Amino acid sequence: MRTWKLPADVDTDQLAPGATMKHGIEVTARHCLEAVRPEFALGVRAGDVIVAGAHFGIGSSREQAASVLVHLGLAAVIAPSYSGLYFRNAFNVGLLLLTAREADRIDDGEALSFDARAGVVSRADGSSLRCDPIPAFLLDMVDAGGLLPQLKRRLTNPTERS
Amino acid sequence: MNAPATLAQKLVARAAGRGHVAPGEIVTCRVDLAMFHDSSGPRRLQPMLAELGAQIWDKSKVVLVIDHYVPEADDESRRIVRIARDWAAEQRLPHVYDSQGICHVVVPQHGHLRPGMFCVGGDSHSPTGGAFGAYMFGIGATEMLGVVTSGEIWLQVPESIFMQWNGRLADGVSAKDMMLAMLGRHGMNGGAYQAVEFCGSAVRALAMQERMTLANMSAELGAQVGLVAPDETTRTWLAAHGAPEVDIAPWHSDDHAPGARHVFDADALAPQIALPHSPANVLGVDEVAPTRIDIAYLGACTGAKLDDLRAAARVLAGRRIAPHVHLLVAPASVRDAAQAESEGVMRALVDAGATLLPSACGACAGYGSSIPEGSTVVSSTARNFKGRMGAATAQVYLGSPYTVAASAVRGAISDAREMLAGRASAATDGGQA
Repeated sequence: MRTWKLPADVDTDQLAPGATMKHGIEVTARHCLEAVRPEFALGVRAGDVIVAGAHFGIGSSREQAASVLVHLGLAAVIAPSYSGLYFRNAFNVGLLLLTAREADRIDDGEALSFDARAGVVSRADGSSLRCDPIPAFLLDMVDAGGLLPQLKRRLTNPTERS
Repeated sequence: MNAPATLAQKLVARAAGRGHVAPGEIVTCRVDLAMFHDSSGPRRLQPMLAELGAQIWDKSKVVLVIDHYVPEADDESRRIVRIARDWAAEQRLPHVYDSQGICHVVVPQHGHLRPGMFCVGGDSHSPTGGAFGAYMFGIGATEMLGVVTSGEIWLQVPESIFMQWNGRLADGVSAKDMMLAMLGRHGMNGGAYQAVEFCGSAVRALAMQERMTLANMSAELGAQVGLVAPDETTRTWLAAHGAPEVDIAPWHSDDHAPGARHVFDADALAPQIALPHSPANVLGVDEVAPTRIDIAYLGACTGAKLDDLRAAARVLAGRRIAPHVHLLVAPASVRDAAQAESEGVMRALVDAGATLLPSACGACAGYGSSIPEGSTVVSSTARNFKGRMGAATAQVYLGSPYTVAASAVRGAISDAREMLAGRASAATDGGQA
């Protein structure tokens, strides 16, 4: 996986431009981040990671700003902070967000690995970054692929713990 | 006896069925009202509900507002709106407002919000409900699915951040200027998804719709909610809009309730302008370099409510907009537009050269319509992200309705205060609407 480095204050209109919102997620995906990194939508590969500056996802409640990254196959976003509304949406649609205060140390294009439950991002040079802990029920939601598959599983198997 | 609690803590505790909740705790809350619109609502919820084979937990607690893609401009918009209408009919939803204006204004105007309620909305500006002392915040469509199937939502109990405005606003300075000043100081994520509470004499003096402007743009501050403790102003307004009477006494922060406190001086506040391309990129109007404008946009839940239209009309009455400027007015609701019409407010705007647009979200988010590429715009809306209003090359400046009106007359970003000298003060939407 490679990293795509983005600046601070990436907003939902950049992730999911308003003019694309009446079309499906495929159209939104073609225009994802075109105002920030025009080469992103075509160049991104499944398993890649976004490393962004502070306040990632500020703006709208449109969850397409998170699901577009799931659609494009992103494995995670790593940033020092997020819009609270974006944070909720991301886990609800199955996108993992890691909060690492020192995310800025990571370079564009770098190969990374991470362990979400341990809260660690490991860099190619062997160093690592600590992440803020994520409540277990949110990690479970991401593992399930988001809230919808989780609800579906609970409805078909009512004995499962909610 | 419990420790002193904030308004936010009290609202969450009630919804969680608890006596007291502490900041940082994760709790599950019962939802009193779930609002969504044509963009985030039926077109997303219907297929997911079908996939689950699930039903809405309580239709009486759901409000659907069709505001984003009306009037329908193209086939895609027609398709989205048709899904909403068909689904509303099929589900027999009791509370549907179709083409009546923008959800954040229409919902309280029809008596759905009251102090003490716990509400969610499928739109980021849902914190507008905080103006009424309701805990209301925005969520995405998938999370809304969780709410409409269960009637519940999880929440991390927020800390409170008190924004205390002392003194009194000058004529021609408004809630929008207060909010832009707070954004300039604290930035777009300064609210850190906590609860902001607006307080102090200048907040108490605000009319209901001005409080709505503050609460609305709590979203830009990055707060989960933006609250104003209910008082006589709230009660009068709600009574005039058909909301059942509730006891407002419990809904305030206790003395010595915990939280950071930031103090602002309303007396010293000048009109504020957010420069492209962020609502937090703020300068006082005197500090902005001369900026010729092409379009003055008076619209959105943030900036085209009745009191916003009245403010603009105070500046524009008896004046003409500059020949090269287009002044576009999209009233926030049909009800506000009708009241403004009956008061001669719309006449004043049209006589000054305004073009009237439908009461809908319009060009605010570039959904229903768009501003031209390359244009310079002064707008009473909430966000000026690059491309937000549908044109990537546009330069959008945010200001109050007063500023938008004054700038339309002068043809450049202008200070309304000098143009208001000697003019009668504005009525407010204190309940007559």
